[in-house]
Amino acid sequence: MISKEEVEKIAKLARLELTPEEVVKMQKDLSEVLDYFNALQKVDSKSYISSNIPRGNNLRKDEGRHRDEELVEKLLEQAPDKKDEYIKVKSIF
Amino acid sequence: MELPGLTISKIHDSLVKKEYSALELTKKYLEQIAERDVAISAFLSASPESAISQAKETDKLIFAGKKIPMLAGVPCAIKDNILVKGLKCTAGSKILESYEAPYDATVVKKLKKEGAVLLGKTNLDEFGMGASTENSGFKMTRNPEDLDRVPGGSSGGSAAAIKASECCFALGSDTGGSIRQPASFCGVVGLKPTYGAVSRYGLISFASSLDQVGVLASTVADAKMIFDVISGKDSMDSTSIELPKLSNPNFSIKNLRIGVPKEYFVKGLDKEVEKTVRSAIKKMEAEGAKIEEISLPNTEYALATYYIIAPSEASANLARYDGIKYGLSEKEDKLLDVYLKSRGKGFGAEVKRRIMIGTYCLSSGYYDAYYKKAQQIRNLLREDFKKAFGKVDMIFTPVAPTTAFKIGEKTADPLSMYLSDIYTVSVSLAGLPAISVPCGRANNLPVGLQIIGKHFEEHKILQTASFIEKLVI
Repeated sequence: MISKEEVEKIAKLARLELTPEEVVKMQKDLSEVLDYFNALQKVDSKSYISSNIPRGNNLRKDEGRHRDEELVEKLLEQAPDKKDEYIKVKSIF
Repeated sequence: MELPGLTISKIHDSLVKKEYSALELTKKYLEQIAERDVAISAFLSASPESAISQAKETDKLIFAGKKIPMLAGVPCAIKDNILVKGLKCTAGSKILESYEAPYDATVVKKLKKEGAVLLGKTNLDEFGMGASTENSGFKMTRNPEDLDRVPGGSSGGSAAAIKASECCFALGSDTGGSIRQPASFCGVVGLKPTYGAVSRYGLISFASSLDQVGVLASTVADAKMIFDVISGKDSMDSTSIELPKLSNPNFSIKNLRIGVPKEYFVKGLDKEVEKTVRSAIKKMEAEGAKIEEISLPNTEYALATYYIIAPSEASANLARYDGIKYGLSEKEDKLLDVYLKSRGKGFGAEVKRRIMIGTYCLSSGYYDAYYKKAQQIRNLLREDFKKAFGKVDMIFTPVAPTTAFKIGEKTADPLSMYLSDIYTVSVSLAGLPAISVPCGRANNLPVGLQIIGKHFEEHKILQTASFIEKLVI
């Protein structure tokens, strides 16, 4: 069983606040799922590279693109806290 | 007009012959939603005003004697994780409860260009994470075949809406089976295209190496028409590509080599479901197709592999819901608390579970054992299919191990819910196209047959599915 501390550490990394009840439930659920994952350890897969890029690069030019003003406005409208055309963020420290 | 049994071509013919107008048809579907959806809950929101104005556009064209595209005036529904400009897009999550889409997804743009009428947005498991639509942050959709049962998921709203004649066709998305499994549970057709065949621009991301927009419809012919409209390269999605032309577009069933993987007919598969699927395969054999038992030896590892890769990608993708840019935001003094509280309050239990699994698998010390291992096995699974497709043209399997299960049956045990995806996740991990086509009934509920094709051979599996559709009636 995964410890309470371990669940709390992962939750903090994931930026998730969990209630004490959720932590207990998560201990059980995560442990069961991770046990299920352990079946993979017996597979000999070392010779298979882990890259998932079959088709090579497909990148656009790194240049600014014009977006119409309406879209920019709509995007900004969704921000919960802003000043003029800027999205406000709480101070980090 | 009677809504059940309507198809795209029937609607098109009737519109052109002026048997009814697009406006009348749209109003009839909106009435059907108002009546039926009280019991079914397939829709999260309807958009009658925009639907009516879209219908009027088609009527204007018909009135002016202009030729109209096949989808013009045809009422459809869009899964609520696909953006439609000006409409709410929640992905079934409280964290996006008030989010309004600022632009159209590419697939939506293409449907609109063809003149399709968008009736509204359909329910789903939050961010596509689930196999029953019970994980929606808003409501639970019921299976029109049996109201005590789930419609499957995560595109359960789309599948149920078609079955209840609340729309003619619908868009869905499929990450590990989210189109195919609800199609099977509700008795409709569901196509998950090859990874890259359809643009994902404007689809709310779950697991980007697996997500694919696809089609739910009541007939294979309809599914094909919609697929032809929405597929193709899009500059806004670098993983999308133009479909290569098939070297042999016309083939006969007699020459078809169909593989049946022995690993898919094992313990856990409902006996009645197995009987129904096997009987469909027998019918194909009677028509002259060559049935061959094949092996996909790494199948037993597919589900664990999927449930490492998909949550890992999700944990990164869902980091964007931070209470800063859009979506739910809790007022706190410190930045870290804004993150913790907004996400803690906005995400539902299953989404939290997947974020936790993904974060764990990607965290220092566990990455090699879980994520890297899963990526390697993903390649083994791809190799399995590649070898099999050296011998056969197509692979037939069940879509899900059971028929639609009872509401609440699997909610307490996440792992039992995950097992519902056991026959669909390998296909997603290999990026292959697959269709779920109704092939009969078991336990008095619909059963889907899964037809898996080679990459970009959608038209072949569609043609075969169309053949089966006629065979099993």
